[in-house]
Amino acid sequence: MSTTSDAPLQTSKQVEKLQGATVRLAGDSGDGMQITGNQLTNTSALAGNDVATFPDFPAEIRAPKGTRAGVSGFQVHFASEDIFTPGDQVDALVAMNPAALVTNIADLKRSGIVIVNIDGFDAKNLKLARLDQDPLTDDTLEGFRVIKVPMTTLTRKTVEEVTTEDGEKLSVKIADRCKNFFAMGLIYWLYSRDLEPTLRFIKEKFERKPEIAEANERALKAGWNYGETTEAFVSSYQVDPAKLPPGRYRNIMGNQALAWGCIAAAKSSGKELFYGTYPITPASDILHELSKYKHFGVKTFQAEDEIAAICSTVGAAFAGAMAITASSGPGIALKGEAMGLGMILELPMIIINIQRGGPSTGLPTKTEQSDLLQAFYGRNGESPLPIIAARSPSDCFEVAQEAWRIATRFMVPVILLSDGYIANGAEPWLIPDIDDLLNIDVSHPGPLENGEEFQPYQRDERLARPWAIPGTKGLEHRVGGLEKRDGTGNVEYDPENHEHMTRVRAQKVANIADDIPLQSVTGPENGDLLVLSWGGTYGACVTATERCRGEGLSVAHAHLRYLNPLPKNLGELLGQYKNVLIPELNSGQLQFIIRATYTIDSIGLNKIQGKPFAVAELIEKIKEVLS
Amino acid sequence: MTTELPVLKPADFASDQDVRWCPGCGDYSILAQMKKMLPSLGMPREKIVFISGIGCSSRFPYYMNTYGIHSIHGRAPALATGVKSVRPDLQVWVITGDGDGLSIGGNHLMHAIRRNLDINIVLFNNRIYGLTKGQYSPTSPLGKVTKSTPLGAIDNPIHPLSIAIGAEATFVARSIDVNIKHLGSTLKRAAEHRGTAFVEVYQNCNVFNDGAWDYATDRASKAETILELEHGKPLIFGKDRDKGIRLNGLEPEVVELGKGISEDDLLFHDEKAIEPSLAYLLSRLRHGDGFPEPIGVFRAIDAPKYDDELNKQVENARAQQGEGDLKNLFHSGDTWTVA
Ligand code: SF4
Repeated sequence: MSTTSDAPLQTSKQVEKLQGATVRLAGDSGDGMQITGNQLTNTSALAGNDVATFPDFPAEIRAPKGTRAGVSGFQVHFASEDIFTPGDQVDALVAMNPAALVTNIADLKRSGIVIVNIDGFDAKNLKLARLDQDPLTDDTLEGFRVIKVPMTTLTRKTVEEVTTEDGEKLSVKIADRCKNFFAMGLIYWLYSRDLEPTLRFIKEKFERKPEIAEANERALKAGWNYGETTEAFVSSYQVDPAKLPPGRYRNIMGNQALAWGCIAAAKSSGKELFYGTYPITPASDILHELSKYKHFGVKTFQAEDEIAAICSTVGAAFAGAMAITASSGPGIALKGEAMGLGMILELPMIIINIQRGGPSTGLPTKTEQSDLLQAFYGRNGESPLPIIAARSPSDCFEVAQEAWRIATRFMVPVILLSDGYIANGAEPWLIPDIDDLLNIDVSHPGPLENGEEFQPYQRDERLARPWAIPGTKGLEHRVGGLEKRDGTGNVEYDPENHEHMTRVRAQKVANIADDIPLQSVTGPENGDLLVLSWGGTYGACVTATERCRGEGLSVAHAHLRYLNPLPKNLGELLGQYKNVLIPELNSGQLQFIIRATYTIDSIGLNKIQGKPFAVAELIEKIKEVLS
Repeated sequence: MTTELPVLKPADFASDQDVRWCPGCGDYSILAQMKKMLPSLGMPREKIVFISGIGCSSRFPYYMNTYGIHSIHGRAPALATGVKSVRPDLQVWVITGDGDGLSIGGNHLMHAIRRNLDINIVLFNNRIYGLTKGQYSPTSPLGKVTKSTPLGAIDNPIHPLSIAIGAEATFVARSIDVNIKHLGSTLKRAAEHRGTAFVEVYQNCNVFNDGAWDYATDRASKAETILELEHGKPLIFGKDRDKGIRLNGLEPEVVELGKGISEDDLLFHDEKAIEPSLAYLLSRLRHGDGFPEPIGVFRAIDAPKYDDELNKQVENARAQQGEGDLKNLFHSGDTWTVA
């Protein structure tokens, strides 16, 4: 049965226009909230809205069913204007069970819509959510627009007639798994979203199980029809396309953008990409993504451990490939020694850290910015490395290329910081013109004949050494982790030479400051307050500072992409403001660096909850500093 | 136009660095045999890479006039995996020791071997930590008194070849530092093997563990304590070649030839046996248990190589999907236009 050729469904009810809306879908981790969240994101982006997302899920794959710990959520913010965050508070909340309701209701706006699956509110689920009273009947939902829907019952009814090829009915278990699409259909009706992209997705995803595809299609449509017929809604909403810069767009997630940026950098530098890694949340999706692109010459290596992952990367770099490894904090800790090897070998490579809540195993699926000092200092000996940080999902694409440009120009491993929030978040991406991509020139010394001597550590004006690759005649040379004489690269224990080499390696990294843009500022060039941010807090800081300026406050904003070395003008720039506020999802790591570098005292806004900043939190702090 | 390969001599493989092992160390002999053997392969120097970890043996790459990396402790197989994955045209050697390869680097050794990456791993087994001045190693015998085990080692030692076979090695061999002819030919066999070749070399550390292999090298005793393996031949040893190994059920036993036992009753060596049990059994024969210790090639079978398979996947993907195109990639799936 083909359903996708049907004409788009049209509501006969009134449609109200909105500038934007924030929707959160919350249910059990087995309820399929992440899939439906991604669908809503994609559909909203296709409708021309600007979107920002915040998936939030437990570390366990199937956390105890029905419990508060097992709640999985996905927040989507879509708007007809430029937006930078997934929204502080939600306009509509879908709660599939009591645990989902009570753990999320606090974020619902006053008189916001809450759609509950009342079938999920049985005695067992109430107990699992540690509730003595049914939140549907006590005062929990007072002041909200509550839409009670027997989703499980309705979904079962809807899929009743669906049969397998052999004429068998679907089991109750399978039928119940379709209820997330029912919820989706209802949300699609509420926000006038087109069902088509999701119908297409269902068709593709369940290509080999047509009965499941049909059941989900029916559930989606039944949800839509429910919105249309229920008297609980007199009108639905419409969010017009955003006025984004013209061009062709697609939706992109952070880790996907990183992978694509790496592929683009490999292409534009004429290199084959080698990716050595070990599975770890939230970095694994880079491996999943890159492993799809073998036809780009991408070689992925799932190593036996984190150490092997970076060591294979060092080996591939020595052999002349574009070598990359990625992990999260715990894995980066294991890679420390080999990062030092890459540094003293002076080979180009990229080391990506998708930060998560720490220390130790910490909060694997939650976001944090707490590995900045690890990036600066987390290796033995004096071993400075360049550090560059992505600010948003689409920014990952550019940052990956920039990291490779710096790595090859200066013959040095570059640390690229992202975080769980950026990695799993999605936003519209203006697809770049291929001809406009960063051009990365990489050269290797050619063969030497007749016994001419090759000096593997002879440096150019930037202090970079030549990248001589095996197979080149006459350039046979040995590199190693032992201290070496500058120029020849021969093992050398001489005290003066060690000091010289330590300083040269540091100077080389410092020289990168001449090769990166000066720091820019949004807002007044001097005045009362500068908000200085880095990494994934970008969106919240942009939104908060813009709003404050809109209220007439003197607030400037500078967002750092380059953490080491810092832009050359940063010290002077910081001096232009009476106060510098540094919001971070850690206890003040950039603040520490800024104090150490410029002896400037700044004010910290620090949150260590595994959650991104809410815009309101930033605005409150900005006002407090200014008052 | 013909490109003639220059004929290289052992001296061409010597780097300009002074060799800094202790005088009398077994490492010298291994280095000499390597330099002597390499010209016979006809492989240009620039195509050869030596990679090592940390330890006395791991200084080896510095002394070879090829490409080389002296990496970090235990990790050489992982570096080699990166090199060989992106450059299958290179001949890659991993030089390691009993501490480097079996202790701190045990995991990498095992995984490089099970992937059957086309590299050659030479493990110098001196049954001691030399560079850190004499602590016991994973191959030190029980009861071994060292600086770190004043009352004797209480950890069971492991046998490098048993570990390699357990990790599905496709080529396993053993030789002895002072048995130079045998060592040279064993290294050559390793170089010619396609897949991971694992070679254990009994190496004397004359400073911290002198004489650990005396039983295997003493002129007087070695005929009785060492058994040279030959493919397709019965396992015979002894000064008068009058002893052999026979299987009694699953147990090996030493028997004397004659007295009703003929060569045909003995265990015959088959390095090509797909089933690794025979090779494993041979790897377990210990002098201390009253057996001669086999040297030579224990196992040499053909199997898919990791680097081949990796590159095949890339080639196949290119053949099926065409060379990757960024524009197509970026515009794949759902896109929309903002006017
Ligand atoms: S310590 Fe032992 S193994 Fe190391 S160089 Fe000296 S003799 Fe050789």
